[in-house]
Formats: sequence, structure tokens, C-alpha cells
Amino acid sequence: MFSFELLLDAVVIGVLLGCFYAAVSLGLSISFGLLDVPHVAHPAFLVLASYAVYFLNEHYGVDPLLAGLLITPLFFLFGLFAYRLYYETFERRGSDAGVRGIAFFFGIAFIIEVLIIMQFGVDQRSVTADYVGKAWRIGEMRIPFRLVVAFVVAAALTILLTLYLSRTFMGRAIRAVAQDQEALRLMGANPIRIKQWAFGIATAVLGIAGALLIIVAPVEPTLDRTYIGRTFCVVVMAGLGSMSGTLVAAIILGVAETVVLTLFGASWAPAISFAMLLGVLAVRPQGLFGRRS
Amino acid sequence: MKRNGMYFWGGAALFLAGALLMTQVIGNQYPFFACYVILQFIVLAVAWSILGGYAGYVNFGTSAFFGVGVYTAVFLFKATGVPLAVQIAAAAAVGALMGFALGLLTLRMQGIFFSIATIAATIIIETAITNWRYVGGASGIQLQRPAVMAPFDNYVEMLFFVQAVMVVLAVAISRYIQNSWIGRGLQALKDDELAAECTGVPTLRLKLTACVISGALMCAAGAPAAMYLQYADPASAFNLNYSVSALAMSLIGGTAHWAGPVIGAILLGVTQQLLTVTISSEVNVLVLGVMLVLFVVAAPEGIVGLIRKVRSKRNEGEG
Repeated sequence: MFSFELLLDAVVIGVLLGCFYAAVSLGLSISFGLLDVPHVAHPAFLVLASYAVYFLNEHYGVDPLLAGLLITPLFFLFGLFAYRLYYETFERRGSDAGVRGIAFFFGIAFIIEVLIIMQFGVDQRSVTADYVGKAWRIGEMRIPFRLVVAFVVAAALTILLTLYLSRTFMGRAIRAVAQDQEALRLMGANPIRIKQWAFGIATAVLGIAGALLIIVAPVEPTLDRTYIGRTFCVVVMAGLGSMSGTLVAAIILGVAETVVLTLFGASWAPAISFAMLLGVLAVRPQGLFGRRS
Repeated sequence: MKRNGMYFWGGAALFLAGALLMTQVIGNQYPFFACYVILQFIVLAVAWSILGGYAGYVNFGTSAFFGVGVYTAVFLFKATGVPLAVQIAAAAAVGALMGFALGLLTLRMQGIFFSIATIAATIIIETAITNWRYVGGASGIQLQRPAVMAPFDNYVEMLFFVQAVMVVLAVAISRYIQNSWIGRGLQALKDDELAAECTGVPTLRLKLTACVISGALMCAAGAPAAMYLQYADPASAFNLNYSVSALAMSLIGGTAHWAGPVIGAILLGVTQQLLTVTISSEVNVLVLGVMLVLFVVAAPEGIVGLIRKVRSKRNEGEG
């Protein structure tokens, strides 16, 4: 039955969840939003990071957040390599990059999924840490600690990335390459190296995001399929490439999900992000805070 | 061109006669079980290629159409018990309608946006079916096969033959489109949509036509699957693997010619059957992914493209 407390509860949890969604979408906001790479494999990279964190936590007892930090450099290198491969095979050849680029990333996502299944099996995996499983009570409301951790880290990550893109030389270069690649080339810079660097950053962020993913809830190998909807919904709704927009859009999605969950039950939950995505694409493809008209 | 057509229809008749003969001669059930799946993938890949290959719109919604086909059949069978042919015809009609609706909604988007929108549609439809109690909801539904019809003495043999007929139908339609003004129009908008629009090609209408035909074929291919498995559940009927398989088979075979998806589907389908039996179903998905990436990177025109390259080189050598 409808009750105001329940709804308020849902909204609070939704905001926290939304910040977490922002953290997992930030990388895509750079790679797809700014660089126009059709990075369908982004959620698969995310789940891969979660399993790396799981491995470190399970076998060496490393704290999940620390593990996320540890794998970040590796993911940075992985991102550099992935962009190089994509550039050499598709962007440079130019013709028909769209169709084959999408198929390429989809194939990569599939390979990652199967490799995870072969290594870890199809069961759900989770991490152990002091803050997983405890909750914080405010009056009647019960807020899980893991969501608070995710919220704090996600907020810090968003602020850091926004500052990086607006204050540092390299960050400004990345935004410049997104606006006009040719102009940058004429000024003597190498746009491909900047894009490669940006893609590396976008992938490195996934190290931390993957840690958050497995802290918030147990992961399974095919989880990336659900997150295709969530991450693309957030990035498209935010308007491609806007970091603060990403945070707002993610909070909207988070609140929408928890409210629908409370009112209609869990079986409708998977469709919400996809429905919002479809709605945004059909009605306002430039997003809420779009950089393009 | 005329002579080409004769060869084609002669080959199709021979293929169907061979399939019919197989059902009468072979007693073992396994070949039919395995070949049914391969035939089903040929239909899916050919259907995918009509929109994805000719027009260049990467559709990830194959599993949406397939699943809707499955559930159209399940619903009709449970509600009225109509025969298989009616189930398939109804699924094709539903698929055409769905293709039209989805096309109107999504075909104005381009590139990755279209692809993501088709995934979104798939998940939304899957969720709706999951919440539909009448057809079993999330836990799925068991189906009892009715009695088999005259020339066949086993239901799987009949399904096999029905799917073979659909292969011929799908290939004939795809071949017709490729050689007609529709195919040329699609080709034009694939190369440059703006230029095509400016020279008077009715791009949206052509894309919608392709989407409707492709959707109808995919739904029809899904309809017999419920009877084949004697069971249907949303998670497997709408499995994304169908989307990836159809896409991979088309791209690996090559999308420039109607024969490409057929070659790709036979090659990958046979490999998958062998791998599933000999090693495991995980390995078969892995092989699918690796082959897709390899072909997309190293042989963007697929097998058809490779054949053409070899041929033109040979011609140069002679001349």
C-alpha cells in the first residue's frame, strides 16, 4: 500500500543509488560522450573490473576499494591498447566504421563475458569488508552502509573528473578534441594521442567503478547486459559528454528505479532504464544538458 | 539474370526435396535436432541482413523478434490450439507489425543510437512478457506437442521440414530485395543517407519496409521454437545470444550478397553444434565472439568479400 514514508525512503535510497550509477557511467561519458566511440563493451569492462576486485579480495584479503585503486593503472593501459586497436582497425580506415565498430565492441563484450564464466563460473560473487552488510539507522529509515560508501566515492570521482577536464591542460585538450579535431591538428597537436589518453582515463575510472559495483551488490558474469541500459541511459540523458549532467541524469534514473521498485515490485525493474533510454532517444536525443543541438 | 533465376529455384527445389527425403529415410532423431537449429539460424541471419546488411542499420533486436515469435505461438497454442502453420503465419503478421512500430520509433536514429534503442526494446518486451502470467511468466511454460501430420512420423522431423521451407522463403525474399529497386535504394542510403535522401530515395519508407520484412521473418523463425523445445521461458526466448549470433553470422558471411548470411550461418551453426557436443556451450559462445571480432577486424567484407577478392585476382592473372 502507498505510504509517504515508503516513498521518502525510496527517494533517499534512489539518490544514493543514482550517485553510484553516475560513477559507473563516467567512463562512458568520456569514451562515448566525448570521443564518439561506440563503446558497447563499457559495461563488460566494468564487470571485468568487479571480478578483478573480487579476485584480489578473495585470495589476498585486499579491501575492495583499495583493490579498485590497485587495478586502475592496469585498466589505464588496457584502455590505451583498446583505443589503439579500435583506431587502427576502424577510425583510420574510415569507411563503414559505424557498423563494424559496434559489432567489434559487442564481440569484445561477449568474449569478456564468456572468459569470466569459464574462469569464475556463473554463480554470483561478492566481496567481504567491514562496511558491506551493515546499515545506518536514522529514525525509521535504514540506509545500507555500502550505498553510503558508493555515494561518497562516486561524488568524489565525479568532482575529480570534472576538475580534471576543466582545469588541467590535458583535460582541456580532451574537451577540445571532442569539439573540433581538425582545429586541434592545425594547432600542431596530435588528436589521436589525446583521444587515446582520454580513452585510457575512461577505462581507468572503471577500476574504482568496478569495486563499487561489487560493493553495492553481488555480481554475475552477464550483469553487463543490464548495465548497457543503465550506463547508456545516463550518458544519453545527460547529453553526451557532460560530467555534471551525468550526475543529475544518474540520480534521476536511480530515483525512478527505486520508486518503481517500491510501487510495482522488482519484476519491472530491469525495464526502467531501457524505457527511459528509449524515451530520451525518441523525444530528446540531444539529452537534458546536451552539447549539440 | 533469367538463367540465374532458374538455377536458384532449381537449387531450392532440390534442397527441399533432399530435406523431405531425409525425414523419410533417416531414423535417428539427432540429425534433425541439430539441423533444425542450423536452419533456424540461417533464417535469422538472412532476415537480419535485410536491414543490417543492405541498409547498414545494426539491429541488436533479433532476440526481441525471435522471442515475440515464440510467445505468439505459445499464446495461440494455449488459447486456441491452432495448428503450427497458423501459429507461424500469425507470428509473421505480429512480427511485421512490430517491425513497423519499432521502425517508426527507432529508424530515425542512426548508428549506435539505433543499436542501443533496439537492445532497449528487447529488454522492455522481455520484461513485459515476464510479467504476463497467462503465458507462464518468469518461470516459463510447458507445452504438449499435438499429433504429427501425415508424411512425417515424428514431430521434430516435421519442424525440421517447416524450417527448411522457411529458409527457402527467407532466401528468396532476400534475393528478390537485393536485385530489386528496394535493394538498390537501401544500398544507396547505406553509403550516404543524406545524399540518397537528396536524390529522391524515400529513405524512411525503404528502411521501414526492410524492418517490416526482417521482423516478420525473424518472428516466423521463432514461432516453431516453442514446439521444438516443448517449453518456453522469457530468459531463453529473448536471450541476447540470438542477436549476437544473427549479427555475427551475417557479418562473417558477408553482407554484400544474399548468400553471405547463408554461408556464415551454415559455417558458424555447424561449428557451434560440433563444439557444444564435443566441448561445452561456453566454448561455442567464445568461438562466436572471437570469430566475430577477427572477421570485423581482418576481413570486413566477410567470406563473400574474400571470395570476390580471390576471383578478381585470378581474373587479373589471366588477363
